[in-house]
Amino acid sequence: MAATITSEADGNLKENSMFLKKTLAAVSPLTLRIVAECPVTKARACDLTLPHSSVSTPVFMPVGTQGTLKGITADQLEGLGCQICLGNTYHLGMRPGPELIEKANGLHGFMNWRRNLLTDSGGFQMVSLVELSEVTEEGVKFKSPYDGKEILLSPEKSISIQNSLGSDIMMQLDDVVSSTVKGPRVEEAMHRSIRWLDRCIAANKHPDKQNLFAIIQGGLDAELRKACLDEMTKRDVPGFAIGGLSGGEEKDDFWRMVTLSTDHLPREKPRYLMGVGYAVDLVVCVALGCDMFDCVFPTRTARFGSALVPWGSLQVKQKQYAKDFQPIDPDCQCPTCKRHSRAYLHALFKSDTAAMHHITIHNIAYQLTLMRSVRQSIVEGRFPEFIQTFMKRMFPSPDQYPNWAVEALASVNVTLE
Amino acid sequence: MAGSRMKLELSKVVQGRCRLGQLKEMGRMGQHCLDIPGCLLYTHLGTVPHLTQDTLHTLSSLPTVTQVTLSNIAEHQDVLEEFKGGFKKFAGLHDTVLYCSLHDSAAQSPTGHTTNKTVSVWGSGGRIELTVAKFMALQRTVQPDWYQTMADGETWQTGISRKRVRKSVDRSLAHLDECLLVHQKSQELDGVSVFGVVEGGDILEERLRSARETAKRPVAGFCLDGFQNGAMDQALRSQLITAVTKELPEDKPRLLQGVGRPDEVLACVEAGVDLFEGFFPFQVTERGCALCFLFDITPDPESAAADEEQHTAGETQPNGDLNCDDQTHMTRFEMDLKDKRYQDDFRPLVEGCGCYCCRNHQRAYVHHLLVTNELLAGVLLMIHNTSHYNSFFRAVREALANDKMDLLRRRVLGTVKEESG
Repeated sequence: MAATITSEADGNLKENSMFLKKTLAAVSPLTLRIVAECPVTKARACDLTLPHSSVSTPVFMPVGTQGTLKGITADQLEGLGCQICLGNTYHLGMRPGPELIEKANGLHGFMNWRRNLLTDSGGFQMVSLVELSEVTEEGVKFKSPYDGKEILLSPEKSISIQNSLGSDIMMQLDDVVSSTVKGPRVEEAMHRSIRWLDRCIAANKHPDKQNLFAIIQGGLDAELRKACLDEMTKRDVPGFAIGGLSGGEEKDDFWRMVTLSTDHLPREKPRYLMGVGYAVDLVVCVALGCDMFDCVFPTRTARFGSALVPWGSLQVKQKQYAKDFQPIDPDCQCPTCKRHSRAYLHALFKSDTAAMHHITIHNIAYQLTLMRSVRQSIVEGRFPEFIQTFMKRMFPSPDQYPNWAVEALASVNVTLE
Repeated sequence: MAGSRMKLELSKVVQGRCRLGQLKEMGRMGQHCLDIPGCLLYTHLGTVPHLTQDTLHTLSSLPTVTQVTLSNIAEHQDVLEEFKGGFKKFAGLHDTVLYCSLHDSAAQSPTGHTTNKTVSVWGSGGRIELTVAKFMALQRTVQPDWYQTMADGETWQTGISRKRVRKSVDRSLAHLDECLLVHQKSQELDGVSVFGVVEGGDILEERLRSARETAKRPVAGFCLDGFQNGAMDQALRSQLITAVTKELPEDKPRLLQGVGRPDEVLACVEAGVDLFEGFFPFQVTERGCALCFLFDITPDPESAAADEEQHTAGETQPNGDLNCDDQTHMTRFEMDLKDKRYQDDFRPLVEGCGCYCCRNHQRAYVHHLLVTNELLAGVLLMIHNTSHYNSFFRAVREALANDKMDLLRRRVLGTVKEESG
């Protein structure tokens, strides 16, 4: 099967293999030091060194779609201990455009963010946001929602934009198929993603400054996933993402694809599970061996007044909090919880957008603190106990534990009490 | 007397009306002071619009007085009553003087709901009718350091009759007396300063009557109401304020409501106003603009040259209407960062400005945030505009101290350029 894949990309083959040799020789601008591995599960704690700063994993990466994190300043984000955040290539490529950002010394300079940035390929937004998109071997064709012009996002174009953005980690353009789609389209997308990976590797103008991650595809089909893993791990990319999940598929399928992927990914390279951000999913997927996560959920839900807490979430705008003078979470050390009560935030939601900023700050603090606690427990060799405590706090009783989580954790030797 | 603590110390009076000094011993502990001429910190329910404590405290030398309005607070009365600790504690405000006013000068509320016994405020849930009893019950739960009394200020619409204006003066005086009566009986309000409200629309004799009568009451200071943008032009406003302040005791502060444009602030300071509300930077922020007018009067040739360049950027704006009555309309004191010309402008909003926004970000970035409707635009603009506006007030005090009000006025209005160039 692998042979047919490479022959399809025959035109690029010679160039690619030459390039592969080159990148093998060059040192990628990333090092991963495994600090601790859980003796029971597949969890690990690592120090990931990237061009702008080091990152302690497991890590949650907040999403700053348009070069800003939803009303939070770069200083505030740094103050919360965020070491890496995301920018979206599709949005930034449209507005303000790669030329302008390049003039501003990259996205770091444009948004004045001193730490690391990861950019996606733009492909996902294209498929999810733009109605008129067509995927061909060349790339993704779509009509600009701003001026109606037809634009082609090819692997080369995606990398060129990401090179202009200057992110520390770039993502390959992949052929994104909804995780609920079945049949030959999934297989086609998987093979195409491999071909596009090679084109992305060849297109990277700054392999010494910008890391390019491959994205494992293959839908919910174990054989396709395995084939994709086999092929992509032959490339000497600095890291791998697990893609095509977290799109509405059954959780039973989701965790099996995750664990299959981590089983076959190289130990010495970072593993990034795309689009995952619910607390339970984070804890379970750390146990399955993932290092990096991103999701818009914590910041998006904040703007609707939903605050994340160890027992789930708290809807600040609900009437029951109008006279509740406690902080969102009495144990939380974030600037919001240290100063404001649920009642004040409830009232402020009726008067000013700052109410949203307060919850956004709290939710980012919650995600980052959760991941720091997870890491700490791995380092101290008590991650299985951490999972038990975490689940007990999150659910009122064990019979409410989601079945998929119970099974996923059992697969890595953790039996929930 | 209600509010015996607040003391006004004048260090200079120019032309018998324009005052420089300090409000001392403010707050219940008497530990705060505020320089005059000065402005208050404008808030929505105790929060400076768009800002959290982190972003607010990137600003140095914030006004020591925070303003809240009953239009924001009234709907939360039951919450505050249950809380018991007063609004400052409820809103997480520490170390500030709390001033509670009736209406929000940046929000225009519907008229026609005022009666002999009531005024109405408009909150997020609609109209709330206040009697003096309810008004004072609110003050007891809010526990401000300083508040204005209930007043009927509906005199600013065009074509308002003399009879209606007279009624507004009578009603406001009656409300004042009633408020004072309740105040003196309320232990919770012991040591809280009360400002009486001077009404009278655009009729000189009603203004004088209102001023004289209010001055007879035991108040700590005066609010000048009904002078807001749209009510009258600046010449008439200056004339009326000059006449009114002549009637007011020299040792008590005068707070002007609803006026915030820099040129009008200067004219009103010269007419005898001490304090202004800080809503103007918020209005500028809401239209995606950044304050960029000049107020530097130090004779430093190098910075003057930089100012020159800055000024040219501001002056070529399409909207420079100085006599615009519409509060939502852009003024000549600001730059419209939504304008395409800023998309690749990598300068700070204002060269040499020390605010968080100007130290860290460029016009191109704020332009991007505005065109993409990002929340950070409001945050950064509010930081800059608040900072710029506060610095302007500092410049006003310096100009007064150094007899340079003329130079400052010309600088602010942009006519000093011809001289230096």
